[in-house]
Amino acid sequence: MTIFAEKKQLVAPGELLAEGSYFPGENTYREGNKIYASRIGLADSVANKLVVVPLKGCYVPRIDDFVIGRVVDIAMSGWIVDISAPYPAMLPLSETPAARGMTARKDLTRFFNVGDLVMAEVIAFDRTRDPLLTVRGRGLGKVSSGRVVHISPAKIPRLIGRKGSMISMLKKMTGCEIVVGQNGTVLVSGRQPKNEQTAVAAMFMIEREAHTRGLTDRVSEMMSRELR
Amino acid sequence: MRLIDENGLRVDGRRLDELRPIKMEVGLLDKADGSAYIEQGKNRIVAAVYGPREAHPKHIALVERAVIKCRYHMAPFSVEERKSPAPSRRELELSKVIREALETSIMSELYPRTSIDIFIEVLQSDGGSRCAGITAASLALADAGIPLREIVAACAVGKIEGKIALDPSDIEDKEGEADLPVAFMPKSNAITLIQMDGSFTEEEFNQALDTAIPACKKINEMQIEALKRKYVTVKEQAEERAA
Amino acid sequence: MSSTPQSPPIAKFEQKSVVDLIAKGRRIDERKPTDYRNMKIETGLVQKANGSALVHLGKTKVMTGIKVELGEPFPDTPNQGVLTVNAELVPLASPSFEPGPPSEGAIEIARVVDRGLRESKAIPLEALCIDPGKKVVVVFVDVYVLDHDGNLIDASAISALAALLTSKVKRFELKDGEARVKDELVPLEIRNEPVPVTTAKIEEYMVLDPCLEEELVMKSRLTVTTGRDGNICAMQKGGLGAFTDQEIRQAVRTAIEKGREIRDIIKGATLEK
Repeated sequence: MTIFAEKKQLVAPGELLAEGSYFPGENTYREGNKIYASRIGLADSVANKLVVVPLKGCYVPRIDDFVIGRVVDIAMSGWIVDISAPYPAMLPLSETPAARGMTARKDLTRFFNVGDLVMAEVIAFDRTRDPLLTVRGRGLGKVSSGRVVHISPAKIPRLIGRKGSMISMLKKMTGCEIVVGQNGTVLVSGRQPKNEQTAVAAMFMIEREAHTRGLTDRVSEMMSRELR
Repeated sequence: MRLIDENGLRVDGRRLDELRPIKMEVGLLDKADGSAYIEQGKNRIVAAVYGPREAHPKHIALVERAVIKCRYHMAPFSVEERKSPAPSRRELELSKVIREALETSIMSELYPRTSIDIFIEVLQSDGGSRCAGITAASLALADAGIPLREIVAACAVGKIEGKIALDPSDIEDKEGEADLPVAFMPKSNAITLIQMDGSFTEEEFNQALDTAIPACKKINEMQIEALKRKYVTVKEQAEERAA
Repeated sequence: MSSTPQSPPIAKFEQKSVVDLIAKGRRIDERKPTDYRNMKIETGLVQKANGSALVHLGKTKVMTGIKVELGEPFPDTPNQGVLTVNAELVPLASPSFEPGPPSEGAIEIARVVDRGLRESKAIPLEALCIDPGKKVVVVFVDVYVLDHDGNLIDASAISALAALLTSKVKRFELKDGEARVKDELVPLEIRNEPVPVTTAKIEEYMVLDPCLEEELVMKSRLTVTTGRDGNICAMQKGGLGAFTDQEIRQAVRTAIEKGREIRDIIKGATLEK
């Protein structure tokens, strides 16, 4: 039983990670008794499971994910929302608060129109159906202000940080309100343009250098410099 | 004209078992989900991948897996005599065999009802463009974060003046006696594309295949290095700034 | 743009039964892995064509017509006649064929048949030049698939070859700077008989001449075309799967041997009666 890849080692698809009775975790696959990487990313192992933390990849919705999406079409009884996933999401009228007996198209635009940004939660998704969203819940609904930033969804965990440490640091240092969608769409709102700018710069820096060491300190240092 | 001189060297100075100089770059395009650029001899080819994304038109979507779409296209200025931009029968055939060369490597079952679109644009062509195209496209797929069993490498082998020659250039392809493009997945020992035209005895064919496979392995190593280089550079630059 | 084709739905147990049979050395139609289906070649059916052949390979039926005309050479080969191969998967041949421009499947068939004829030098193109740069003989090979029950490449190439071997053309000659057509009919000169042999890979088993049911289960196919002297003149892998290099070498060996058998059948069917 051997693990060939070191923790945090950059691995490419097809690279041998381990041999023996290990379990293939995310972004790995097993062939015989060997485990290989299937995506470019950083190798890691949790107990007996080998995983690869991906550096790139599309957003695959999960139930309970908080997402920020754009309304792209109005359907019979709801809206089609682009959540940057390979599947269009559906927000049914029944999943909006205070929707009672309204079905005509004219009524639907009273809630959301094509082009609107919405903060929503994924309530259903599987291999055979497109994702289903809801905006019934605290903090969900139409976005009315703020700056929209798109980050690669693979880097969102790094942007949030362990127990939210990274995103808290950004919020604290810039004083901005930052809402992070799991699908890579982020909303930033600050009182000063400079603060907003710094928060955005920090996000892009995290996106670019997510796989490096000492990132937290470098981001903190960059923000201090910019905000001086 | 002689393709091999008295010293056993080819028109461009190479030995029979030498690849042309190869340069690879990953992630050069901004809008595509994944991209790669390759220079192999005088070939200049860019490959881009979009996806997985919604399948268009909807009816081509497959229930159990992603549809793979592939377009191999040559720019009108890519060859000596301007080529019409309309897809030729050759481009249509190559689009098919290149798609089939890459399909096995893609774990398409993970994205049912979507489409993974591969675009290969040959900006300059000088023999072996379908192989270089596959090499670049496979890198673009990896760059896009599409789950792959492994990266596919491709290379052609020819026969010039009766001798087996690795990676024939355009003139060697036109004036030579045989051309054998091969795409290979080294870890799985799987040949995903093999075509041939010309004339080989069984023995010559076996020898040609013996030449193609190690060359593909070498190209595969270059692909992995090019893929990682993109991230390693960022890492080094970042850590350098902090120091 | 090439897209992963839709395939007719097939239940897992149906796939498994095909594979299980092959594992025991038998196929769904009782053949051995290296057996071709019954082949019947009928020639001369279309008198208005210079040559024609209808090949039955099991239930697959492909007809090829040859038309020989005078035309201009390509600018980069002024001393050569022209060979052009076209293939059509006509809609009546299968519920899955639709009318329209040639699909990638039709183009692939045409180009593989062309490669076999061209690279084996079956048609001596230099001998078809009448007035260099101005007038040459153009040989049109039009492959028409009439009934699709698998292995269209082999059936198409065999039908094209049989049609060429039985083609009669009027003699052309250059007189006073003009190409003249003489009335007598002579056979079209064919100097080689390129024969394709297609191997299908089903799981890890290799079988020759796949019928349609087997094609629905197969992962990939390899076509190897050999000439009279056993030289390989064309090769084409198709399908979404892959081959190991051992499998390829074995398929080549089989193709050389089987090619001889098939060549004899074709020659027998096309000899001057």
